[in-house]
Amino acid sequence: MLIKTKKSYQLSEQEVTDESVYHSRRDLLKKLGYLGAGSLLAQSATANAGPLDFFSSKEAAVFQRKALTFQKANESSQILTPEAKVTSHNNFYEFGTAKGDPVENAQEFKVDPWQLSISGEVDKPYTLGYDDLFKSFPLEERIYRLRCVEAWSMVVPWVGFGLADLIKRAAPNSRAKYVAFETLYDPKQMPGQESRRIGGGVKYPYVEGLRIDEAMNPLTFMSVGLYGKTLPAQNGAPIRLVVPWKYGFKSIKSIVGIKLVEHKPPTTWNILADSEYGFYANVNPEVDHPRWSQASERRITTGGLFARNRIATLPFNGYGEEVADMYKNMDLRKNY
Amino acid sequence: MSISVKKPNKVSFKTVFIRNRVLLLKIAIHLMSFLPLLALYLLAFDEQLGADPVKEVIHFTGIGAFNLLLLSLLLTPIAKKYRQGYLLQTRRLLGLYSFTYALFHLLSFLAFEVQFDLMLFFSEIIDRPYITVGMAALIILFALSVTSITSLRRKMGKKWQKLHNWVYGALLLIALHFFWSVKSDIVEPMIYVFMALFLLNLRRAKIKAWFK
Repeated sequence: MLIKTKKSYQLSEQEVTDESVYHSRRDLLKKLGYLGAGSLLAQSATANAGPLDFFSSKEAAVFQRKALTFQKANESSQILTPEAKVTSHNNFYEFGTAKGDPVENAQEFKVDPWQLSISGEVDKPYTLGYDDLFKSFPLEERIYRLRCVEAWSMVVPWVGFGLADLIKRAAPNSRAKYVAFETLYDPKQMPGQESRRIGGGVKYPYVEGLRIDEAMNPLTFMSVGLYGKTLPAQNGAPIRLVVPWKYGFKSIKSIVGIKLVEHKPPTTWNILADSEYGFYANVNPEVDHPRWSQASERRITTGGLFARNRIATLPFNGYGEEVADMYKNMDLRKNY
Repeated sequence: MSISVKKPNKVSFKTVFIRNRVLLLKIAIHLMSFLPLLALYLLAFDEQLGADPVKEVIHFTGIGAFNLLLLSLLLTPIAKKYRQGYLLQTRRLLGLYSFTYALFHLLSFLAFEVQFDLMLFFSEIIDRPYITVGMAALIILFALSVTSITSLRRKMGKKWQKLHNWVYGALLLIALHFFWSVKSDIVEPMIYVFMALFLLNLRRAKIKAWFK
C-alpha cells in the first residue's frame, strides 16, 4: 500500500486563503472608516488611486513572479506560514507603514533591470545584473523562522544562497570588518520614500549592517525567492537579506549595494531610536523592547483570531547552536 | 356635545423626521457602531482579516473607541453653535459605545494578544507606559459609563458633573496612548492629538475656570 506522508510545507489548498479575498475584506473595513484618519489619507495617496476609488474598480497591475530551480530543503517539522500570509503581512515602509500597504503599493515595482554592487574593502569588486542574481550561485531552499521585533513570527521557505558565497567572490581584504547594506532609493517607485507621511518618518535609503563574522556565518542567507518562486515585490524583490537569529528589521530588502567596510556602519532603526533598536538586534527573550515584552511571540501560521499561537521566544530565535559562539564575550544586555 | 371630526393628517415627512430625529439619530448611531464591531469579529473568526487578525482587531477597536469619543465631544460645540439642543440627547449613547469599543480593545488584547497569560497581561499593563495610560483611560470611561444611568445621575447631584469632567482627562490619555504605541509613523497619532486639542480648546473657558 502506498502511504503518502505529507510534508509540512505541502499545505492543502483550503488552508491557504486566497489573497484577493484577504484584501477585499480589509478594504471593506477601511471603507467603513474605522481604520483611522491616517490610513484613509494614505489610501487615497497611493499611486493610481483616487478619492473616487470607492466606486471604481481599479484595474490592478500584478507583480510577476517566476518559478525557480533550486535544491529543496530537507523535510521540516515546522508548520509553515501560508504563502498568502507571508506575502500580505509585510513591514516594508518604502511602500507604506501598515502591514497590508506593501502588497497594495508594490505591485508595479520594477526589478528588471537591477544592479547589485559588491564593493568596498575587496580586491575584486563586481556587480550583478537582474539575471545574474539567479544564475551566479547555486540556489537552495532554507526554511527559517522569522521573528519580528514586534513579537510576531512566521516560518518561511526562502530560496537563495549564502551571503558568504557572494562576499568570498569579491575577495575581501583584511580591513573588511563589517558589511554595510543599502536598499534601492527610488522615490518615484517607492511612495514611502517620496512622502514622510507614507514612509513613517524613516530616513531613506534604508541601511543595515553586519559584523563580518555574522555575514560569513553559514546561516546568513541572500534570498531571491520564497515558496519556490522569485520574491514578491512586497517581500523585498529581487534580492534581500535573511538573518534568522536577528529581529526581522535586520533582514534588509531590495538591496542594491553591499559594501565591505572597516568601521561599524549606521543602521536605519538604530538611527531612528537608539534606545529601542541596537546594531546587533539578536533575538533575545531576556531583553525587552521598551514598549513590549520579547519573552514570547505570536507565531502566525494557519488559524484566525482563536489560534492559540503564543509561544516562548528562544535565544537567538532558536539558532543559538550555530551563532551563540560569535557573542560569547559580549554583554548582550548592552549590545542589544 | 360636539364631536370634532379630525381632518386627515397632513403631517409632512419633514415634520415626522423632526419629531423623531433623536430616535432616528440613535438608530443611526447603533447601526454605525454595532455593525462594524460585529463584522470585525465575524471576519476575524473566519480568518478573513489578513495574516494577523489579532492586530487588526486591536487596532480597529482602539481607533473606533477614539473616533466615537471624539464624536461625542464634538456634539456639544455643534449643538451650541447651531442651536440644535436635541443633539445632546445622543451623547450618552456615543459615550457608551466608545467605552464598549475600548472594552473590546482590552479584552481582545487579553484574549488574543497575550492569550490569557495573566502574568504577562498585568506586567504589560504596569511595565509599558503606553498601556498604563490606556488602562487609566479605560477605567475613567468605565466610571463614566456606570454613572450614566439616569437615577444615579440624579442621586449624585453636583458630584456627577465633576466626575464626568474627567472625560477630558481620558481624552488626553487616549491621545498619549496612541502616540506612544506607534513605532515611527507618528502622522496619524498627531492628527488625533490635534483633534483632541481642538475639542479641548473649544472648552478653554470652562477648563480655565477649574484652575482658578
